[in-house]
Amino acid sequence: MYSEKVMDHFSNPRNVGEIPGANGVGTVGNAKCGDIMRMFLKVENGIIVDVKFKTFGCGAAIATSSMATEMVKGKSLKEALQLTNKAVAEALDGLPPVKMHCSLLAEEAIHAAVEDYLKNHPEEAIDL
Amino acid sequence: MDRIYMDNAATTAIAPEALAAMLPCFGQVYGNASSIHSTGRDARKLVEEARRKIADALGAKPGEIYFTSGGSESDNWAIKGAAFANRRKGNHIITSSIEHHAVLHTCQWLEKQGFEVTYLPVDEYGMVRTEDVEKAITDQTILISIMAANNEIGTIQPVAEIGKIAKAHKIIFHCDAVQAVGAVPVNVDSWNVDMLSLSGHKFHGPKGVGALYIRSGVKVEPFLHGGAQERGKRASTENVPGIVGMAAALEKAVNNLEENGIRLTYLRDKLIKGILENIPYTRLNGHPLQRLPGNVNVSILYVEGEALLLRLDLAGIAASSGSACTSGSLDPSHVLLAIGLPHEVAHGSLRLSLSDVNTEEEVDEVLKVLPRIVSTLRSMSPMYDDFLQGKNLTAK
Ligand SMILES: Cc1ncc(COP(=O)(O)O)c(C=O)c1O
Ligand code: FES
Repeated sequence: MYSEKVMDHFSNPRNVGEIPGANGVGTVGNAKCGDIMRMFLKVENGIIVDVKFKTFGCGAAIATSSMATEMVKGKSLKEALQLTNKAVAEALDGLPPVKMHCSLLAEEAIHAAVEDYLKNHPEEAIDL
Repeated sequence: MDRIYMDNAATTAIAPEALAAMLPCFGQVYGNASSIHSTGRDARKLVEEARRKIADALGAKPGEIYFTSGGSESDNWAIKGAAFANRRKGNHIITSSIEHHAVLHTCQWLEKQGFEVTYLPVDEYGMVRTEDVEKAITDQTILISIMAANNEIGTIQPVAEIGKIAKAHKIIFHCDAVQAVGAVPVNVDSWNVDMLSLSGHKFHGPKGVGALYIRSGVKVEPFLHGGAQERGKRASTENVPGIVGMAAALEKAVNNLEENGIRLTYLRDKLIKGILENIPYTRLNGHPLQRLPGNVNVSILYVEGEALLLRLDLAGIAASSGSACTSGSLDPSHVLLAIGLPHEVAHGSLRLSLSDVNTEEEVDEVLKVLPRIVSTLRSMSPMYDDFLQGKNLTAK
């Protein structure tokens, strides 16, 4: 039911773990299925220089977390805020319809982590 | 190592004896069992021989066995057929909250047709309390439907006691024995059942064939209308290969019942013990003793079932889970919720179901692979981190 790309990111997730001195952390959950995703960002000069994740969830949740981290690594905060779940799903060659909400979790987790960073660096929010 | 198949509650591999018995039915014996000529009579002979074998396995009379397309049809027919045939007497049905969807969804549909249904709760082990059955009976009760053994957690129900209660109140008693037939001794008389469902593919027979036992004298409306097959109660040309294969598989299963039961119980308990002792934060779901010989169901906290199944599959092990993420509806298993598990504990459920094709080497391999997979998944779980730090993280 999953594409090869999903299975690849599921079995060899990129950027899994934590960043000790992360300056942006976001945790989001899906109340329906009960899955939880947490993103850690290291932001320098408005650029995401490092990103890691931890996920409790299904195969799609793990694969979309992994793909989302790849898609925002090295990008600006503004670009990260523009990340959509559709883009993540497309990058994984699609997801089964019942699993689209898992990609939403990945989008929300990235956005939550960026917003956490901006909360502590409100001056940078003005530039976005 | 070859692939390890531990999802025998979902379906089983066909027994070589069953396959061998079926092959002639795709060749020489192609007749329609209802035809009057000898080509048809050859097929009829095989069908009736199969009926006798199935009847023997259940302690029933051949005339009480009706062939169907599987467990779901048997359940649908038994419940709808008895409900409509006895509508004048009353409109109340008693079942349990942990039945298979073939029973539950049928009962829910009957509610829309004006019937009333009581869904009995179960205890923490998934056992129906007989006093609850007794208490639920009203003067409107026409049918009690309780499964023999649960397909997810393996709990064996006190069927004989429930049968006694039903008999004392002259209420029709249907038992979904799809998981029990071929796995534990089944006897329609000592159980006092009036109807009993079984399905070929659960005991190494073919898929798409089953049977419904209907005690003679019990009033049940036909379900499939059409030709006069199955003594006018179930239309459609007999699935001769399926029927013959199912009977051969059941005959084999019943002949080896005791021996297999002992061996599977040993393997089951080795798996359970190995998992509970070697993986922290795990629990057994279902009854420790009153359970199917081949059923293991555990909750592994802080991991999600679907991810666990995919990892096991990559390691060559086929299993199943009641996690919300594996269900299309995103609801965790109704059985795990009915035994009182919180969503997050149901989330990490793992079912390993054994059959006589499984070996001790396979059990040992699973016990070697599973702890590694669990620790990998936990190492990427934010829930586990928070738990280790004394926090309780839920998605709500
Ligand atoms: C307890 C129970 N009842 C009914 C069924 C349905 O049987 P079938 O797949 O033959 O329709 C199953 C099988 O999944 C089952 O486990
Ligand atoms: S995140 Fe729950 S189903 Fe994927």
